Amino acid sequence: MIPLSWYLIFAALLFCIGLFGVLVRKNAIAILMGIELMLNSVNINLIAFWRYRDPDGIAGQAFAIIVFAVAAAEVAVGLALIISIYRRRNTVVADDINMLKW
Amino acid sequence: MSAEQIIFLIIAAITLIAALSVVISRNLIHSALWLILTLSGIAVFYVLLDAGYFAVIQVVVYIGAIAILFIFAAMLTRRVMQDSGPQSNSNWWLGALIALLLFAGIALIFINWQDFATLQPELTDSSGKLSELGLALVSPDQYVLPFELASVLLVAAMIGAIFVAGEKKQ
Repeated sequence: MIPLSWYLIFAALLFCIGLFGVLVRKNAIAILMGIELMLNSVNINLIAFWRYRDPDGIAGQAFAIIVFAVAAAEVAVGLALIISIYRRRNTVVADDINMLKW
Repeated sequence: MSAEQIIFLIIAAITLIAALSVVISRNLIHSALWLILTLSGIAVFYVLLDAGYFAVIQVVVYIGAIAILFIFAAMLTRRVMQDSGPQSNSNWWLGALIALLLFAGIALIFINWQDFATLQPELTDSSGKLSELGLALVSPDQYVLPFELASVLLVAAMIGAIFVAGEKKQ
């Protein structure tokens, strides 16, 4: 039997790795990959808490479904923005995208 | 140690190593491929948690759609950022410090929590769970509003993505 703590520690580690990627990478696409890792770790937490704390309820699973939908929307819009910026500015480096900075 | 625990540890090690490779790999295509391995590992966790439906969605939505989108985006923007040169900021140690501090904070909360090591309760009637979830998502007194909002969000994201990334004809 796997205790709940294993899932929580694993998800925390995955979240921290994703956060590290978001903070450190230069490439905007790689930053989005870090965000995907963080969203996945949150989803593991949601499903694990559903399974261990409330297996007869349905709220945890419904919440995880919404997170899936939001992740798909987020990555579609994010990559569209990056491709659009690449067309105009010929760069995907997050530091160079400073049109709104003054 | 039971077989389940051994499977968990092996998959967790593979997934974490793959996630670390996503973050530190120099080649963006390699990062995307490591991301696929990470997502597959997470699908195994969903199976271990008796949520087989989520494992299927994970494979279809994340690996089938999102990871492929990442690979396409990496290929479309390949020229500018060659694999040589630094791929991370100059003050990467600050990011590492923040991530470590966050993990330390989460661990501190875990240590002070009583029910931390709860064991898996017996699942009553796991086959009825999926139809229950499907009914809950469309029943008016449960989750029909978030469900419809999610569909509106997806349509808005799709239209927005087409509009933003589409070629402008002058």
